[in-house]
Amino acid sequence: MINPAFSWNIVDDIRTMWAYPFMVNAFRAGAVVAVVAGVMGWFMVLRRQTFAGHTLALSAFPGAAGATLIGIAASYGYFAFCTAAAAVIALATRGRAAGPGSSRVSESALTGIVQAFTLACGLLFVALYHGFLNGTTALLFGSFLGITSSQVALLAATAAAVLAILAAIGRPLLFASVDPDVAAARGVPARALSVAFLVLLGAAVAETAQITGALLVFALLVMPAAAAQRLTARPAVSLLLTVVIGFLVTWAGLTAAFYSPYPIGFWVTSFAFAVYLAAQAAPVLLRRARRPTFLAGAPA
Amino acid sequence: MSILAHPFLQHAFLAGTLIAAACGVAGYFLVLRAQVFTGDALSHVAFTGALAALVAGIDLRLGLFAATIGVAAGIGLLGRRGRADDVVIGNVFAWILGLGVFFLTLFTTARSSSNGTAGTSVLFGSIFGLSARDAVVAAAVGGGIIVAMAAIARPLLFASVDESVAAARGVPVRLLGVGFLALVGAAAAEATQAVGALLLLGLLAAPAATALLLTARPYLGLVISAGLGVAEIWAGLALAYAAPSLPPSFAIIAVATAAYLAAYGGYRIRRGRRARRGKRSHLASSAADFRVTAAGARAGLSAPALPRRGPAQASRSAQASRSAPGGPARARHNGPMAGPAPQGAEPR
Repeated sequence: MINPAFSWNIVDDIRTMWAYPFMVNAFRAGAVVAVVAGVMGWFMVLRRQTFAGHTLALSAFPGAAGATLIGIAASYGYFAFCTAAAAVIALATRGRAAGPGSSRVSESALTGIVQAFTLACGLLFVALYHGFLNGTTALLFGSFLGITSSQVALLAATAAAVLAILAAIGRPLLFASVDPDVAAARGVPARALSVAFLVLLGAAVAETAQITGALLVFALLVMPAAAAQRLTARPAVSLLLTVVIGFLVTWAGLTAAFYSPYPIGFWVTSFAFAVYLAAQAAPVLLRRARRPTFLAGAPA
Repeated sequence: MSILAHPFLQHAFLAGTLIAAACGVAGYFLVLRAQVFTGDALSHVAFTGALAALVAGIDLRLGLFAATIGVAAGIGLLGRRGRADDVVIGNVFAWILGLGVFFLTLFTTARSSSNGTAGTSVLFGSIFGLSARDAVVAAAVGGGIIVAMAAIARPLLFASVDESVAAARGVPVRLLGVGFLALVGAAAAEATQAVGALLLLGLLAAPAATALLLTARPYLGLVISAGLGVAEIWAGLALAYAAPSLPPSFAIIAVATAAYLAAYGGYRIRRGRRARRGKRSHLASSAADFRVTAAGARAGLSAPALPRRGPAQASRSAQASRSAPGGPARARHNGPMAGPAPQGAEPR
């Protein structure tokens, strides 16, 4: 196994990493995934659908395990299971906006049951496919090794499709997310939009899971978006900020994972969480700094 | 009963029974209070806690209980009135899970590869691998959780269905919320030993959600939830014994999911029948958060005290619950409404 040392000469480091074709692919895939996960996660956080998003993220695991069991490419399994889980959740909850105040007690329970059952299916597939145990960890926690160029091409194509559909429904979706009642009164098909959004989220998750693993997709979905929405209230700016944060965090995570013995999942979540904490602290600190300091002269 | 002749099955049944009952009781309130996502977060925390304990070389359960109870209490303290925002919870547990991966790597590289399945067994449980000692400890802790939940059940139920009125009546809502979440944390740590960190949400949510579909009476629902949990774990264990290729954790969750599906189907059929009897106008006229089922209205129970309500309705429901000494009558508020349902409260 390669174990190069990290120097603070960033250009040299990047040149070292990019000498390996699999690392170039990993960076390309990471960039695609960061953009898709960031944009979809931004809407997910806005709509407060973190639980549904997390459940979709976890259903990537049985998808990959099932695909391995029946001997097809894992990508198909990811997409099949994630979009199926999205459809189940969306249809069972009938697209009611999940904002605080809406009665969703048994909706969240239903989401939880879907999650437990899909994960149990994953366990079953792993158990039926003997000798798969080492791969389980990679499926759950991700691996950036061995991403092929064709995989990157598939990722990019799906990402383009997801983003194109999102761009088409983006405006009404934003309206329906911010104020579902007024949007419904204006004739926006909130229910259909909600179903479409969840299925898109499923597709985005299926993509992301191939890099970060099923358990850590959620970090890329929720953390950059939560940080960006805390920093600014303007939709376009915070959407852009989300993508930038996700992109930086993923590339930094890849670099750190390359130069250290610790896994990419740990680095990506840690960097993203640090950004999130900074975003939480920044407005408070700024407000404190701006406060008139008429007591500044008083002895402490 | 030859199935009980094997010591490992005896242990599994002993531990499983009390674990399931404890999860059924804790889960019922979790679903009633719309805090299922917290249970989800705890499932990931449990993984990190267990692996941290493995890395430190101490008893796995020590790390498990410390992590879940600590984080559960933290979530309770973070939020206003013991309810933290989902996005905050999501951010925190996503990072904690990242830490878990870190510990997993430390553990698998530090120890010999003979113990490489430890991570998998934490994630998916190994109820057939419990020793006699483990089973007795798990059963004792499960019993303790049930007793503690029974002790706080009455005020907790009041605080869950109508928080503001409970607070006005002097119920320590915040303390109850934190204490309850700590108990949920303990139940989650218990369930991790049975079905594993990733699947414990099924034990918490499925029996409780099934019970809520079957009855709207809270204490009956609580008993049904615990009973269902026990029945499901027994059926799952028997199924896994009969078909050795099925992992026990899968069998348990599959039975629980099937029970929920059956209850959901029955509920939809009953609702459909009721709607055909011409009660639709009554349903449509009531607000989303005030859905009084036709049966409840006929019985004179007109106080559907539901959790999560906007301030505008709080006073109305306060009057309602005073007029109905039976307390929370119908906590049934799922399924689709005909047409877009008006939202109870303004989001944010």
